[in-house]
Amino acid sequence: MYLPPKSSPHTTNKSSTQNLMLRVILATLPAFLVSSYFFGIGPAINVALCIIFAVSIEAFIVSLRKRPVSYALKDGSVIVTAVLLGLALPPFSSWWLVLIAIGFAVIFGKHLFGGLGQNPFNPAMLGYVVVLVSFPVAMTSWPAPQTVASSDALAHVFLGTPWLDAWSHATVLDTLKNNHSLTLHELWQDYPYSGWISSNSSEWINLAFLLGGLYLLYKRVFTWHAPVAMLLALALMSLIFWNGSGSASNGSPLFHLFSGATMLGAFFIITDPVSSATSNQGRFIFGLGVGVLVYIIRAWGGYPDAIAFSVLLMNLCAPTIDYFTRPRTYGQRKAKRGFNPGDN
Amino acid sequence: MTHWPLDKFHGGIHPPENKSQSNQGNIQYPPLPKRLIVPVLQHAGQPAEPCVEIGNYVYKGQLIAQNMTAISASVHAPSSGTVTAIGPAPYPHQSGEPYLAIEIHTDGLDLWQEPTPEINPSTLTSAEIFHIIQQSGIVGLGGAGFPTAIKLSGKIMSGIDSLIINGTECEPYITADDLLMRERADKILAGVDILVQLTRPKNVLIATEDNKPEALASMQAALGSRAYQVVSIPTLYPSGGERQLIKILTGQEVPSGSLPIDLGIICQNVGTAEAIYNAVVLGRPLISRVTTLTGTALKQPMNVECLLGTPIEELLEFAGLDKQQLSKVIVGGPMMGFSLGNLAAPVIKTTNCLIAGTAQEFPSPEAALPCIRCGECEQVCPSNLLPQQLLFFAMGEQHEQLKAYNLPDCIECGACAYVCSSKIPLVQYYRAAKADIRQHEQKMAKAEHAKQRYELRQERLRLEEEQKAAERQARNERLARVKAAQEQAAKQEAQQAQSTGSISDDELKHLKIAASMAQVALRKAEKQLALHDTEALQTQVASLKDAAKQAQDALAAAQAQLAQSWATSSPAAAPDEALKKAKIQLAMRRAAVKKAEKAETDEASLNSLRQALQQAQQQLEQLNQTHAKASSTENTSTEQKTAAVPISDAMKKAKIELAMRRAALKKAEKAGASADELTQLQLALSEAEKNLAQVSSPNNPG
Repeated sequence: MYLPPKSSPHTTNKSSTQNLMLRVILATLPAFLVSSYFFGIGPAINVALCIIFAVSIEAFIVSLRKRPVSYALKDGSVIVTAVLLGLALPPFSSWWLVLIAIGFAVIFGKHLFGGLGQNPFNPAMLGYVVVLVSFPVAMTSWPAPQTVASSDALAHVFLGTPWLDAWSHATVLDTLKNNHSLTLHELWQDYPYSGWISSNSSEWINLAFLLGGLYLLYKRVFTWHAPVAMLLALALMSLIFWNGSGSASNGSPLFHLFSGATMLGAFFIITDPVSSATSNQGRFIFGLGVGVLVYIIRAWGGYPDAIAFSVLLMNLCAPTIDYFTRPRTYGQRKAKRGFNPGDN
Repeated sequence: MTHWPLDKFHGGIHPPENKSQSNQGNIQYPPLPKRLIVPVLQHAGQPAEPCVEIGNYVYKGQLIAQNMTAISASVHAPSSGTVTAIGPAPYPHQSGEPYLAIEIHTDGLDLWQEPTPEINPSTLTSAEIFHIIQQSGIVGLGGAGFPTAIKLSGKIMSGIDSLIINGTECEPYITADDLLMRERADKILAGVDILVQLTRPKNVLIATEDNKPEALASMQAALGSRAYQVVSIPTLYPSGGERQLIKILTGQEVPSGSLPIDLGIICQNVGTAEAIYNAVVLGRPLISRVTTLTGTALKQPMNVECLLGTPIEELLEFAGLDKQQLSKVIVGGPMMGFSLGNLAAPVIKTTNCLIAGTAQEFPSPEAALPCIRCGECEQVCPSNLLPQQLLFFAMGEQHEQLKAYNLPDCIECGACAYVCSSKIPLVQYYRAAKADIRQHEQKMAKAEHAKQRYELRQERLRLEEEQKAAERQARNERLARVKAAQEQAAKQEAQQAQSTGSISDDELKHLKIAASMAQVALRKAEKQLALHDTEALQTQVASLKDAAKQAQDALAAAQAQLAQSWATSSPAAAPDEALKKAKIQLAMRRAAVKKAEKAETDEASLNSLRQALQQAQQQLEQLNQTHAKASSTENTSTEQKTAAVPISDAMKKAKIELAMRRAALKKAEKAGASADELTQLQLALSEAEKNLAQVSSPNNPG
């Protein structure tokens, strides 16, 4: 009787990459719902456009690379990229803006490097940065919560009807950055959408991302090291450089934790295992770096929010971090660290 | 000492245990098989050598294959019967390749050779116990099969720190050790007593996982007054790995590349302890073992005490094999075992479990997706490696990086592949990479060997060349010596034969021949050089040129001497004859000069020839004059005689010096002096030769 041979182990657990991706998508659901509450069909249009473009582009590129299309698509990683980018882009972004962002993410961010598992940069953040740098006005035009009617929004997204000033609202981070004369107290009193800590929409969306992130942590989709380190670094930096509530204020630690894309970044972006550092210690350092950079750019840089830039910068550092954070193997006197193999 | 609280190793996993299927009943005894296939390699190391022949009758427990090398174990007949074949037979190995085995047709009598009385091990010396263990073919029964005697030799002589008895059995499905501890705790402990007697440990730790409460209770109950610690450790795969268990129990890590004994620790499986009891006390070699039969393709999963050599298919049928359901048979556990290719293969000493699995139980592997570096493998690796990095390096065949990331420390436990969400067969990559590295290292060693051989050959050729050059030089020296001797002889003759004026024409002839031969050789070599311009030829030509020149010089000197001797010899005795000779000489010299001019001999030798010619002319003139003066010149010969005395004195000195230098050179050569020293000595020698030549040259005033 012939039995086909197979190398051990002969059994594996039930985890799968598809499952992992599905969980990440599931974990974005709270933030998606909260965001939809504030911005209507905006996030839905963004996400839907992103997914359609992303899957089509990936299928096209994979067939160009002469690889089996269904096999490449079934891991679901491109959908995760699409969902995260869709949530990061301002609601009601024009369809061509979405196309450029997701196209850049999938083509340049992922497939030019060899596809899944090979990309040095987080694809979603790469796409985001490209449109942020290229179309700053469109990218900073966040709609005021609950103002844009669905029909107007659709006309803007697909037909290019102009964006009305009344629809826009400056984000809290923007407002804080451009404030040179008012105390924080005065500033937030004038700000129409302020909540307890940050803007009303921002703090709720951040909380929703935090919830999704905790679910992923509970499901052991990633370890705590990177998110905790990033939030810790951001909190510490904003604590150290917290200069009160005068007109030159950089904002309080809580303000920074619940503004902009902080929680999205901490739990959904820097936990991307492919472009992050690899060991637990490495991921901790990676998170610290992102947190510090986010604060530096927010407080002293030219952009109000900085998650994307910080993540890309730390992506660059990840291989080097890996070289210096190898764990000590059982039975080895000490960990081998450094650039050269065999360096001690 | 037990490290308390218990230590932990990094990572580990909790795969479904699947132990309850097979640990419900007692150990069963399957019927005696009609045919036993007993491989000569049932352990880690070298195979044993068969010491029976086809047709021999063997008793149960009789030695049938002897361990001939250091790392090997003897094999004994599991039952009585006739040896029917010795040759390749089905063998339980990953490769599925057959292996040399001894086939025994059992006679059903199960006869022992002779009854042995029960022995009290405390009456035996350590050496005797060691000898029994070695002769009984006992190997580690946990699965690795390392010959036990080797583990118990060497550094243990001075006593050890800890003896660890491993009853963890951390792999899913396997319950052989569990049942053994439940049913035969007294025998195991009696075996441990023997091990204690042999190794004199400070601590004895018996470890089992906390998923085996019955086994734990049984062991503790059997313990009695013994001061052994029975430790229950948390269930976690791979706690039963030797290195992991040592870490848990003692907090120490076995250094990479070392063995537990380097820490003063010896690990033995509970089954091995029982086998030692059977061998030492009952005199029974290792011919059977407890094996778990399990898997959903079996109707009655169980543990059996089976004879080694029992065909696996028979055992599985004994446990109710459903062949329709069977999709694969795994030998060992699902984490580290291998799938069996041929069910006719027998149970051997290392077969602790046979899993007859269905397709639902062990589905064929899914297609692997790319690694997304999720790092789950790193979280579970018991060696604290970075499996995801190792995968990239293994795929890129980066051997240096693999070694830098400690691939050799991988124990292939399979935890990484178990948790991999991309279903990448990581262990397979690591095994292949390890084999690659091994192969590469062997290749490198071979290449290094070839390089050394080549370099040695080059060195040998160089030495041969040097020797040849030295021989050439020696030849030249000999020639020079002969020349010098001839010169001297000619001189002496000339002195002796002053009155007669006769110089040895023979010598002159010889010298002429030598000179012309040297010229011919030089020509030949030059022709060769023109054809093939090699360094060797160039040096050869140069040396030949030297030789030719020397020969010419020698000839010229001899002729000059002859002329001188004529000049100084008394013409009175035979003036006519001398005159004649001188004339002939003159003619010959002229011819020689012409010839040399034609042959384009180098300037120096031509000059010397011309000089000789001139001398001959002078001589002739002189002779003519003396002939004319006749009697009045009688005194000149005596004057010349006295003048010759200081010359010969100086020559003597020069000769002595030459001889001394030569001796020094020889001595130095013998003593293997450096090339520099040798050339210096050679230089000195040639100088001395020159000196001598100068002194012996009659033209020279000194």
